[in-house]
Amino acid sequence: MEWEVVIGLEIHVQLSTTTKIFSGASTAFGAAPNTQACAVDLALPGTLPVFNENALRMAVMFGLAVNAEIGKRSVFERKNYFYPDLPKGYQTTQLAEPIVGPGFVDIETDDGVSRRVRLHHAHLEEDAGKSLHEDFHGMSGIDLNRAGTPLVEIVSEPDMRSSKEAAAYARKIHAIVTTLGICDGNMAEGSMRCDCNVSVRPKGEEKLGTRTELKNINSFRFIERAIDTEVARQIDLIEDGGRVVQETRLYDPDKNETRSMRSKEDANDYRYFPCPDLLPVIIDDSYIEAIRATLPELPDARKARFIEQYALSDYDAGVLSSYRPQADYYEQVVGACQDAKLAANWVMGELAKLLNQNDTDIKVSPVSAEQLGGLLLRIQDNTISGNIAKKVFELMWSNGGTADQIIEAEGLKQVTDSGAIEKIVDEVIANATKQVEQYIAAEPEKRGKMLGFFMGQVMKATGGKANPGAVTGILKQKLDALCS
Amino acid sequence: MSLDRSDVERIAHLARLQIDEQDIPTYTENLSSILNLIDQMQQADTAGVEPLANPLDAVQRLRADVVTEPDQREKLQRVAPAVEEGLFLVPKVIE
Repeated sequence: MEWEVVIGLEIHVQLSTTTKIFSGASTAFGAAPNTQACAVDLALPGTLPVFNENALRMAVMFGLAVNAEIGKRSVFERKNYFYPDLPKGYQTTQLAEPIVGPGFVDIETDDGVSRRVRLHHAHLEEDAGKSLHEDFHGMSGIDLNRAGTPLVEIVSEPDMRSSKEAAAYARKIHAIVTTLGICDGNMAEGSMRCDCNVSVRPKGEEKLGTRTELKNINSFRFIERAIDTEVARQIDLIEDGGRVVQETRLYDPDKNETRSMRSKEDANDYRYFPCPDLLPVIIDDSYIEAIRATLPELPDARKARFIEQYALSDYDAGVLSSYRPQADYYEQVVGACQDAKLAANWVMGELAKLLNQNDTDIKVSPVSAEQLGGLLLRIQDNTISGNIAKKVFELMWSNGGTADQIIEAEGLKQVTDSGAIEKIVDEVIANATKQVEQYIAAEPEKRGKMLGFFMGQVMKATGGKANPGAVTGILKQKLDALCS
Repeated sequence: MSLDRSDVERIAHLARLQIDEQDIPTYTENLSSILNLIDQMQQADTAGVEPLANPLDAVQRLRADVVTEPDQREKLQRVAPAVEEGLFLVPKVIE
């Protein structure tokens, strides 16, 4: 039977505010345990929450960026459950009246599928603390630094039809929140976490199958792998005559399997009710419009502009615009060298390669956009070849300096003087009697391929500094003269 | 509407309340009568009435995003029964 996959995502985005959503404690990452957990975060008696205006502003920014209705009145509720890293015994969240109403984003997968994914809503809530289960004499250790960190939970409709679409959607949300600057987007540190609701149904069937929820997936690659694994499990189960049970499952990346965490049968009844400690949040049009006026250029718009302004391919424009610091860097390189295509190749090629190898964010790239732009100028004016440029770039990465300084210091300036090149070509031809004979004996149309050998010899003799175009011309001319 | 014994046990479990076996009939009766009162309130015609999130006729005050609470760990952990390496210790919990 042919199966259709149905996926909806719940993405938790940690807002990059300076302080907690309801207290004045810092949200900086990596502090010593419980040094950023104040009396409010610890739920000590007599404390009251006060809502952080910046968290509200960031949630509204997100809503505007995803074409959503903004809740002019939103209400905080208590979601009740017991766990030691939730000191209040409830999570303050939103339910019936969230800050962000229905909206949508458009996605595109690598294999060219485009789709509009509808957002059901997005709401503000607080994060919980962290439990450490290493052995503290049979006890668990609790760190409440994260407790009260503001989150926006973004709930999609079940509009995605493959794991690739789900990953593309998550990437789009990531691009939007990082472009807005409302989240640092660091998935490894948990700044963005993803729950995937997955079900399958026979193709053509309208009724949704029973779904399972895959919890806390923290990379785009794992989103794809976890969903693929879970889909295969569900289909096998049904085809073997079983049925899918609605439950929460955990994806184990090491074993590439999902396993049951808890079934919804004994799931908590959260007993939501409006939080009496917080009043309804009321905002007006002027507040919303003032925020709209501050929105940066969003990834979709920037991609369209890159295609239009720089004549980039759809793919290149998509990659470059997906992360704002990278898009900014790219535009600075273009500004410095005035060659959009060359700049795109280098930012997505050599630069991305070294950034990946060294696990470095482009924001702290050892080679600045000005340095790279300066290097590309030297390729354009034929001072160096593309290959030598790679060498200069690596030296730039490890030792700093401008392209001109490195080219000068390393003596890498390209030889374009045809007299000098001719001399070397003559030497190469004189020392390669056998290859010259083969060249002369070959069919004329096969000779082009055979040039590669001589080319290599000339490059070797000049340390790669000879201008490749000039060498090809001279080689061809001299060899063909021998043939006639 | 009336509750039965298992409802009371479930509510107690959700609230993590330990209740005496002998008190369950009383709780069942008391909670049922509260629900009866709610049933009676449900009879009121509320068409056109906005749900009330808070009885105060006021809106939420907003706070500037500035750190006002520096590290007070030492003071705050003085009341905790067990701490180690800056962590609060609690009976082992694993899902």
